[in-house]
This record gives sequence, C-alpha cells and structure tokens, in this order.
Amino acid sequence: MNSSRRYFLKVAGLSGFALAAASGAQAAQAVLSPAPAGKGAYASDKGALRAKRWAMVIDTRRLTSPEALRPIVEACHAAHNVPTIPGPQEVKWIWDDTFHHAFASDPNPVLPKDVEERRYLMLCNHCTSPSCVRVCPVKATYTTAHGLVAQDYHRCIGCRFCMAACPYGSRSFNFQDPRPFLKDLNAEYPTRMRGVVEKCTFCAERLEKGLLPACVEASDGAILFGDLMDPESTVRKALAENFSMRRKPDLGTDPGVYYII
Amino acid sequence: MLERVLKGSPRYYAWLCFLLTVIGYAMVVYVFQLIFGLKLTGLSRNVSWGFYIAQFTYLVGVAAGAVMLVLPAYFHHYKPFKRVIIFGEFLAIGAVVMCMLFIVVDMGQPQRVMNMFLHPTPNSVMFWDATVLLGYLILNAVIGWTTLEAERCDVQPPRWIRYLVYVSIFWAFSIHTVTGFLYAGLPGRHYWLTAIMAARFLASAFCSGPALLLLLLFLLKRLTGFDAGKAVVRPLSLIVTYAMGINIFFYCLEVFTAFYSGIPGHQHPLIFLFAGHEGLNVWVTGWMWTAVVFAFLSMALLLPPRLRTNDKILPWALLMLFVATWIDKSLGLLIGGFMPTPYETYQVYTPSFWEVSIGLGVFAVGALIISLLWKIALDIKKETGEEFELPAEEATNI
Repeated sequence: MNSSRRYFLKVAGLSGFALAAASGAQAAQAVLSPAPAGKGAYASDKGALRAKRWAMVIDTRRLTSPEALRPIVEACHAAHNVPTIPGPQEVKWIWDDTFHHAFASDPNPVLPKDVEERRYLMLCNHCTSPSCVRVCPVKATYTTAHGLVAQDYHRCIGCRFCMAACPYGSRSFNFQDPRPFLKDLNAEYPTRMRGVVEKCTFCAERLEKGLLPACVEASDGAILFGDLMDPESTVRKALAENFSMRRKPDLGTDPGVYYII
Repeated sequence: MLERVLKGSPRYYAWLCFLLTVIGYAMVVYVFQLIFGLKLTGLSRNVSWGFYIAQFTYLVGVAAGAVMLVLPAYFHHYKPFKRVIIFGEFLAIGAVVMCMLFIVVDMGQPQRVMNMFLHPTPNSVMFWDATVLLGYLILNAVIGWTTLEAERCDVQPPRWIRYLVYVSIFWAFSIHTVTGFLYAGLPGRHYWLTAIMAARFLASAFCSGPALLLLLLFLLKRLTGFDAGKAVVRPLSLIVTYAMGINIFFYCLEVFTAFYSGIPGHQHPLIFLFAGHEGLNVWVTGWMWTAVVFAFLSMALLLPPRLRTNDKILPWALLMLFVATWIDKSLGLLIGGFMPTPYETYQVYTPSFWEVSIGLGVFAVGALIISLLWKIALDIKKETGEEFELPAEEATNI
C-alpha cells in the first residue's frame, strides 16, 4: 500500500515536471522565433481583395421574386455550413423579409406597389460603429482593418450580449449542435459547435483568396460589393446614381449594407 | 467558526437536505443542458435572454440592497442596525453567488468563462459587471467574516475594516449602476434605452433587498427567537417605503415619456407587456398587471404609519412588494426589452420546465449559502450572550 502510493506520487510528480518543462520550452521557442511565414502563420494571398471600408449595395429592383433570392441565400448558407434548423432557434446569415420588417420604422402608409411587395435581403451590416463589438466581453467579435465585423467561434463564451446589442437581429446562436442539420458539408469552412454565436462575415475567407462574397457571386450582378472609400468603386458609382436606403441609420452604427429601392 | 455549520437541530438538517436535493436535481438537469445546449430552454433567436438573466438582474438588486443597512449604520452611526448588519452582508454574499451562477448557466460555453479575465475588455459593460460583482463578493465576505470574528472574540473590529465598509457602500451603488448600463447602452432596444434605467434599478433594489431581508428576519424570529428589534424593523420598513415610492414614480416617468411623446418605438414594449399583441404571451400581461396591483397595494399598506407598524400587516406588504418588483425587474424587463424584435415582429417567450428547474437549483444554492452563514452568525450571537428577545417598548417613534 505504502510503496504503491509512493510510486504513484513519484510518477505524478515526474509527469507534472515533464509537462511543465515541455510547455516552458515551447513558450520559450515561441518567444525566441517569430512564427515562420508558411506553416502556422497567417499570410494573405497575393491576390487578396483589399479595401479601406467594405460595403455592399443590394439592388432590390432586380431581386423581386423569391426565386431570385433563393440561390443567393442558399449559396451563402452552403458555403458557410449554416444549418437549416426549423423553429425559432434557427440559425441564419442572410435571409429575406418584407419592406416593413426590413425597414421597421413606421414607413409611409402608401408605398409603390412593387416596393411594398418586394422581398428584402437582410444580413449583418458590418457597421462602422458596431454595438455588438462594443459589448462583447471577450473580444470574440471584433472589427478588422478592412471594416469587417468578424466572429471568433473559439473564443465566444455564448453570453449572447451581442445578440441583445445588435439592432438588426443579424446574429444567431447555436442553441444545439448544428452539425446534424447540415446536408452537404463544405470542408473549406469550419462548422460550429453548440453554444456560440455566429453571423455573416462578408465572406472574409473568400476576400482573402481574391473572391467576392458568395451572395454577390450568386446574385448575377444584383448585389455589388466594393470599397466605399474608393471613388472609382462600383458601389460608390451605384450609390451616386441611385437612391438608396440603409436599415436604422439613426442609431449611429453606420451600417455598411445599402439598399437601392 | 466554520465548524458551527455542522451542529444543528434536526429541523436544520432537514432543511439542508431539502436544499441539497433540489441542487442535486438541478445539477442533473444542468448536465443535460451542457450536453444538448440551450435548446432545452424556451429562448430563441429573437428572445436570446430570458429567465436566467432576469434572475441575475433582480438578484444584483437584492445584493445591493444590503447597503441600506450598512449606510445608516456607518454614515449616520445608527447603532441599532449593527445588530443585524451581518445578516445583510451574508444575504448579499448569497445573492452575488446566485448572480454569478445565473450568468454561468446562461452561457453557451461556460468552460470558457475565464476568457472574461484572460481577454479583459474595458469597453464591454459585462466585463465591468463581472469585475464589480466579484469585488462586491470579496468585500462582503471579508467585512462580514472579520466583524463576526471580532464579535466572537468580544473585541472591536480592526480599524481598516471601516475603510472597506465605506468602499463597499459605494461599491453597492456601482454594481447595480453597471447592471443598469448592461441594458441602457444598447441601441435599438427601446424598453431598455433609457437614461433612468440605472436609477430605476437602484430604487427597485433599495426596496426589494431590504424587504427580503426583513422577511427573512421575521422568519428567523419565528424559527430561532432572534428578534431584530423594532429599532431595526421600523426604520428599515420606512426606507423600503420611500424606495418603493421612488421606484413606482420612475416607472411612471417611463410611461409618460412613451405615451406623451407618442413615439411608437417607446410605446410598443409597454403595450405588449400590459396588453399583449394579437393574443401573444398572454401570461405576461397577467403577471404585469399583478405587479401593478401588488405594487400599489403594498404602498397602500406601507404608507400609513399605523399599518406599517402593524406586525401582522407588514410581512404581507413586504411580500407583495417583493413579488411586484420581481415581476417588473426580471421577466418583465427582459420580455419587454426583446419585444418587438428588430423587425417589429412579436414572439412568444415562456421559460421551459428545464430552465426553471435549473433556476430553482441556483436559488437553492443561494438559500444554502445564506442558511449556513446565518447559522454561523446566529451561533456567535448566542455564544457572546447577545439578547435574542428585546423588550417591546424599545421601539423608536419612526
């Protein structure tokens, strides 16, 4: 009895020591040598798309029927492994709704018939002054240098403060493991686990590869994407030539998604 | 001093066993919530906070309410409060622990909770809330324990404890102000986006906290014979009365702004809470009206001194006050805040059976902590020969 206890303590002590030494050595290495470019380091593709302030312009005049919207929503959800969960605990990154729901602030009683009957795409607005980023207690949601509001699924603690803070209802919470609800898995993009918040990323991972967001690609030119700070960009030109609206601009968040009506 | 929790009457043991049973049941349910996720709750994409965060908010108020004993005792040297101040501090400890547990059970990834301190984020109110709650817990634990130790040894508490007490007074205001900021700083949630939110929280806390304390002290008198004394009950119930008056007044201010300005966004949550929306969430409507009736009824019983000083009536008034403030500041606040949704739609939220089960478990943990700490405090008082029964005429003329 006594000897076995001593043996146990010996082994436990040695393993503890070995572990501490190993992790110490690793930490020292990390400090000494900056991560080499290539393996383990983050480097952008040479062809990565860059902007000072990414913005999206949705030409709602061209997206009138549900048939026109469906491929856009499906392209996004397939590219990002967004599960199809029925009921109020659903997860969605981009979806469509009525004018009154999209621009929910007592619109004029009489509207042009086509404007009122159209469906409007809703997604994260990638605000310049995002309230979700302001409230996140762990910096799991943050603004990138290019004006994207990103989400770290591995740091998120699932407190859902960002969901309460988002005035656009753009965020979804994984109330359960989403994986059983995925039909076709896209191995290029991570799936999420239960208990974390997710939302549209403006396809940050595609921009890095020089590709436009999946919804833009699937929209057949009805959704424009570009740098709002560049006077020559397509989005700037489209906004200069057409009347556009944003959702709840009075809240001071400066949303980055524009709707041509 | 800790060993005192081990020796008690059979009734004491039975109570502890009961609490442990509830906690055990809730733990099992919580394990299921960990495995299957928060889908076990009634929460949804549009109502993403509910029963848990509601209880958290209310209990921060209960914790802060203890300051209504500490402040008069230390700032105004009102000696009689010192007799029961330890019970207030220990109640605050139980309340803060419940707050923390309610935050943890609400988390989707509770094992990452330390991320809050690994990645401190000063621009997040929740980071500050976690910090001030932890600070308040430590303050109350140190102050409570040290003063009790001094009482046991029949010596004056060390001088430095006074400074900690002063800090704790300001700290109590800060914890509930920060909790108010959790809500009041969010754009697009009309019911919460109001400058008076923190003030409302404090008013509600300073009536509901002392009300609960008084109710528990009445219970203590029944069970153990320890009489807090009229010199405690009378002024404290007066504080409760004033705070509840201010609380109701503040709520009426919200109603005025919403309906006189005529801005629909400000009116929608209030209309939903008190009238529902096309038959949705009818249970909330009933509860909100119950809160209104109880609030005014409790005021009617508390305002006239003749009724307030009646020992038969006072507990009922306090109980009604407690229920009214609980409905207003827990689920009423949460459901009102999330309705309407950002798309001007309405959605039903009803806490699920499992959600309430876990909540009961957290309440049981709080009750256990308070029971054990009060047991210690009471034993010390007995040991040092403090009078349990007080002469009836000791009443002040408040």
